[in-house]
Amino acid sequence: MVEEHMFYYAVERNVPMATTILLLVGTKKGAFVLRGDAGRESWTVDGPYCANRPTLHVNADPQTGQLFAGTAGIEQWYSAGVWRSADLGKSWTFSDTGLTYGEGEPAVEKVWHLMRADGAVYAGVEPAGLFRSDDGGQSWEHVHGLRDHPSRPEWMPGNGGLCLHSIVSDPADRRRMWVGTSAAGAFYTEDGGATWEPRNRSVRNLDEPILDDSAAGCVHKLISAPQGSGLLYQQNHFGVYRSRDGGASWQEISAGLPSDFGFPMGVHPRDGRTVFVVPLDGNGRFMPEGRAAVWRSRDAGDTWERLDRGLPQEHAFTGVLREGLATDALDPVGIYFGTNTGQLFGSRDEGETWSQIVDYLPPILSVEVAVV
Amino acid sequence: MATVLLPRTLVELFPAAGGRVDVDARSVGDVIERLDAAYPGMGDRLLDAGSRLRRHLLLFVDQERATLDTAVGPRSEVRIIPALSGG
Repeated sequence: MVEEHMFYYAVERNVPMATTILLLVGTKKGAFVLRGDAGRESWTVDGPYCANRPTLHVNADPQTGQLFAGTAGIEQWYSAGVWRSADLGKSWTFSDTGLTYGEGEPAVEKVWHLMRADGAVYAGVEPAGLFRSDDGGQSWEHVHGLRDHPSRPEWMPGNGGLCLHSIVSDPADRRRMWVGTSAAGAFYTEDGGATWEPRNRSVRNLDEPILDDSAAGCVHKLISAPQGSGLLYQQNHFGVYRSRDGGASWQEISAGLPSDFGFPMGVHPRDGRTVFVVPLDGNGRFMPEGRAAVWRSRDAGDTWERLDRGLPQEHAFTGVLREGLATDALDPVGIYFGTNTGQLFGSRDEGETWSQIVDYLPPILSVEVAVV
Repeated sequence: MATVLLPRTLVELFPAAGGRVDVDARSVGDVIERLDAAYPGMGDRLLDAGSRLRRHLLLFVDQERATLDTAVGPRSEVRIIPALSGG
């Protein structure tokens, strides 16, 4: 077991004092762990882990230091499940105990997202649903309230399946949570998951804005400002949006971007007005015109700037998937993104300049950062 | 004792088992229980969360297609065959 509080923070600024940076990378053929030095200059690559299973998300539990990896299943020797490592990736243990909707219900096919919130570790899965573990990932319990919502028979799958891919907790009130699904939209609970309500008003679905409390809308990624307080953002299939009221209403902030389509979205760890997106061509789902760029807003999405110094500017017909972008909490903030063609890029200066960290990985499905 | 022939990809997960295991069992379900007792976790690789045979597996007892209920004799040969998959 790793010592508690392994993530050391300088209290006054909430900036972690780095000795090692871990990039946790999920790919189509297993998980990888990259170790960087404190300067974020040189990296070692270990993996693939998780029996080469498609690994949709790898994340660290900031309370225990344990790593979690969510994988797809049914075929091969493993069902969909969660791998955990207490030694920063050296050894992994698999569990799918409790990851079931029960007899006669569809099997859990993929674990899309893993996140500590409200005193537990949560897993978002496909078909869309939420599970929680109170024993560090050894076993899982279905959070019934979400799938008990009366709208459930109308939940529609998106192109990637009917998945629950985003879990956001409110640091100010841990019983408040939001989840993002494709394509039943966003949901909100204020009672720790017992009851939920859709939060999709004003988000466009196809050509029309959602005007009621429908469980609809193709959320690609839902995130919160670091301080909570109900400032949320989402990259949707149909635009980028901001909410200042916990999702009760949404404003579109796509103006100024080269495309309203994309998958991931990231936020500065200390400034909730600074956000990052990776616009993609909506038809080809690659970087527009084959020129790679991350776009940054410093004013909560009112205006955007293109960041591409050091990124390939020709023939880069590559994409970044919904978990494929992450920010570290150092100063200046590091940003990392992985492509579905196996390259991982990083910036040590909040996106001003970029360099390639590794090439030739399997298609990258997710990137997260842990500072240890 | 029945003889169980394990596929290579399963042996990679349980190297101690080798490719061939002798078990004392009356049915295929029994065989899987004995394998799991000898090599903890192997049962979960063969059965899904609903205790059904995983979808990509075929079982044969003495060259006949078998289910979990199929009887196994003292000299039976049990083969576990995973489907080939691409991608």
